[in-house]
Amino acid sequence: MEVIIASTIAILSTAGLFLMLRGRTFEIAIGLVLLSHAANLFVLAMGGVMLGSTPILGQSDGSIYPDPVPQALVLTAIVINFGVTTFVIVLAVRASLRLGTDRVDGTDARDEGGG
Amino acid sequence: MSHLLVLPVLLPLLAGTLQLFLVHRPSWTLRLVGLAACVALIGLAFSLTAAAAGGEITVYAIGGWPPPLGIVLVLDRLSAFMLLLTALLALPCLVAACGSWDRAGHNFHPLFMFQLAGINGAFLAGDLFNLYVFFEILLIASYCLMLHGGGEARLKAGIVYVVVNLIGSALLLIAVALLYGVTGSLNLADLGRSMPALDSDFAVLARVAAMLLFVVFGLKAAMLPLHFWLPAGYGAAAPPVAALFAIMTKVGAYAILRLSTVVFGAEAGDLAGILQPWLLLAALLTLWLGMIGALGSKGLAELAGFLLIASMGTLLTAFALDDADGLAAGLYYLAQSVPATAALFLLAGLIADRRGERGGDIAPGPALGQSGVLGFAFMLAALALVGLPPLGGFLGKMMLLQSVEGAATGWIFSSLLLTGLLGLIACSRAGVVLFWAEQSEAGEAPALPARHLLPVLVLLGGNIALTVGAGPLVVYGQAAAAQILDPARYHLAVLGEASGGER
Repeated sequence: MEVIIASTIAILSTAGLFLMLRGRTFEIAIGLVLLSHAANLFVLAMGGVMLGSTPILGQSDGSIYPDPVPQALVLTAIVINFGVTTFVIVLAVRASLRLGTDRVDGTDARDEGGG
Repeated sequence: MSHLLVLPVLLPLLAGTLQLFLVHRPSWTLRLVGLAACVALIGLAFSLTAAAAGGEITVYAIGGWPPPLGIVLVLDRLSAFMLLLTALLALPCLVAACGSWDRAGHNFHPLFMFQLAGINGAFLAGDLFNLYVFFEILLIASYCLMLHGGGEARLKAGIVYVVVNLIGSALLLIAVALLYGVTGSLNLADLGRSMPALDSDFAVLARVAAMLLFVVFGLKAAMLPLHFWLPAGYGAAAPPVAALFAIMTKVGAYAILRLSTVVFGAEAGDLAGILQPWLLLAALLTLWLGMIGALGSKGLAELAGFLLIASMGTLLTAFALDDADGLAAGLYYLAQSVPATAALFLLAGLIADRRGERGGDIAPGPALGQSGVLGFAFMLAALALVGLPPLGGFLGKMMLLQSVEGAATGWIFSSLLLTGLLGLIACSRAGVVLFWAEQSEAGEAPALPARHLLPVLVLLGGNIALTVGAGPLVVYGQAAAAQILDPARYHLAVLGEASGGER
């Protein structure tokens, strides 16, 4: 289970970093989403990964239950990320309409033969 | 007293929410609410500073949950000082925006208030996750404020600013989670107490988290090599917004200082002072880069941005010294550089407005008219930022140099003095070109309305007041520095007596 979660985080952040190093706003927005997913999963995993436990204290005998704090933290982080992602996408659309290009530095890719 | 502590966050939040209901009303209602909130914040900050000046660390547990479980706001001398500085900066910035920039787009006033709430919250936050949340609040408001007014230059700079800060936020979240995983707590004081007790495997992870936090807060503080977003971004932002942003880089520096004392401070065992060596190197390089960039600036706002980076370099140098005199000098330098930077950004906006299509370019252009007042204001701001007598920048640098000792003395002396020369050349060049190399006869530009000039003069007056009244401020700074360098008192105030490592 730890291996699965760890490699998921690794794959997500690698893909996110790769996309963010590209020069276009849409790819960067997707990259940011992936990176923040990786961060969220990481927060969740920091509470300790355990199988077969009840999510909340008091539902079963209560002997094993996961740490609730990372769950609360990740909820906040997800909400913030959600709002910010929306903002980035709107900004990217506005910028590409206004500047006529979706490259981050505002230059037109056609001048340089694609990118 | 106790509930007063939550008001610096609550008051701007409430004012901003009220303003959201007023957006379709006449704009003077919005302005009235905003200005009233700013005035109230100043009063509040003064009373909090008076309360903190005695040396007591006040802790406010939100919802009554005791630390380390609950969320705490902590007021000590340093946070009170930063709150006061923010409040005193916010009022002139808002006055400068009223009647001109606040009409350039939607929702300027609520965003301004939310920005203040985020900044104040970051200064008061007593645990790491709330520091993250307040950073997000101030960043989200700053994204919108930076883009306020629209236009291609702002969109280009804005995208870079937003993306860079979002990556920073993701890293911050990872670092916060890592520290939680290692210690099982997010409370700064609790983190600080559990650092010495970590076994070696966990200490490595804590070290990684510390470095990640350093990178993230260095990014906010525009520390080399994470400064690229600042000159273009601040140069493109509306002048009152850029003036308010003068305090934002200081939030990053504040967070570095807070972490390097409360969490990784004198009591952190093996992890004590792990940021300091990196901090000094980065600070000196930032200083050099800022002044070299100022030398090569094409526009006045860009020049102000690079001077801001250089002032961050000086400030971080002081924070890296890790002794009370150096920190006190740093706090004094911080207090005087904020109004000077803000005034220079506002001034750059005024000058750009009067030069037609030349804008803020540092190139000969049409006559400014009233260049006496503008030139004098520019000279004062430049003197303060470069650090020449008789203004506060000089006093700050002098105190900083006096407090330097140890192996790096030569490097710090030569860097501070030589970069001062570079800054002087950069500002002289800009001033000569802008005010003396006029291409047409004077008298064409319309008279400058007093309400545009007033905030600049008030901010510069603030700098002069800090120069004249440097004595009490330095005494306060030394008391604050002594308090910061004794993290055990912070831990005791938040957590009570040590219960002997449960974790």
